[in-house]
Amino acid sequence: MATRLKLGAQLLAVALVTGLFALLIWKVATQDEGASRKLQRGETPPAPAFTLDRLDQPGKLSLAAYRGRPVVLNFWASWCVPCKEEAPLLEGVWNRYRDQGLVVIGVDINDLRSDARRFARQNKMSYPLAFDGIGKTSTDYGLTGVPETFFVARNGRLVCERLQAGVHLDGNRDRFDDCVQEVLSA
Amino acid sequence: MRLLLAIVVALAVAGPASAACPSVSDLEGKFICPTCKTTLDQSDAPAARRIKAYLAERVAACASEEQISDELVAQFGPAVLAAPPREGFHWLAWLLPVVGLLGAGAVVSVFVWRWSRSRPAEVAPEANGRPPLDPELERRLDRELARFDR
Repeated sequence: MATRLKLGAQLLAVALVTGLFALLIWKVATQDEGASRKLQRGETPPAPAFTLDRLDQPGKLSLAAYRGRPVVLNFWASWCVPCKEEAPLLEGVWNRYRDQGLVVIGVDINDLRSDARRFARQNKMSYPLAFDGIGKTSTDYGLTGVPETFFVARNGRLVCERLQAGVHLDGNRDRFDDCVQEVLSA
Repeated sequence: MRLLLAIVVALAVAGPASAACPSVSDLEGKFICPTCKTTLDQSDAPAARRIKAYLAERVAACASEEQISDELVAQFGPAVLAAPPREGFHWLAWLLPVVGLLGAGAVVSVFVWRWSRSRPAEVAPEANGRPPLDPELERRLDRELARFDR
């Protein structure tokens, strides 16, 4: 009887380990490698969709609503110093190219709504702003921090490259201008 | 008597007030920093510093812990809570460890019970693997040893 019990326990342990191993293989085989990685490889993956609360006015902001228009998608937070420094440049691009259909969308992540509103007001951000306190889009876009900026073509696909850190910085500034032109012409 | 009455009144007044106004240091251990995923009291990240400031503002306004918790969950989602709420699906997080411990205890108990029942009857100890002494020889040995004791 004890032998049968021992054998049963051993079978159960083996089944458990096999199940966990199978789960690991399934997870590795089916996980999405993320739009950012595809973009870095030179592909143009679809921009992950989102619908979030608007920060600058009541209602929702959906990326899908801007299909057919070039989009500069900027992730920011009120506690982020470079976000403050790059805000005038993004506002400038929005004002300069909005007649050509370009839209700048700012997504505030991992932040307090009240702080974000104050930040937007202080930095005179007039482009559409969305609030993602949970940071769901952060995972979908594979962000490593804020600020980060993406470019979404009229067909809803990510183009050019992701710009990590402030777009106003020396290493990013020229690339930002190039990407704006690329997304306008894509 | 008056002193006793004064103490009772003071406690009655102070009791609900202190329950309604939690301390910032207590709260910092109950919420997670959304960027670094540790409790606020262990984090000095900019996001954590902002939430700490928010806690201080809310505590100064004497908001209850439940109220502050609801506000933070509305902004950051349930992941901002260091411990899962005791409701709905989240109960699993509280119950599974207890169920696991009870299950493990039951399995160990069954094994110990079976092991103790299946042990062979104790055999009389044998000296150096040799058979026990003959009773007559043992009595003689006792007599001889008793003589040495005298």
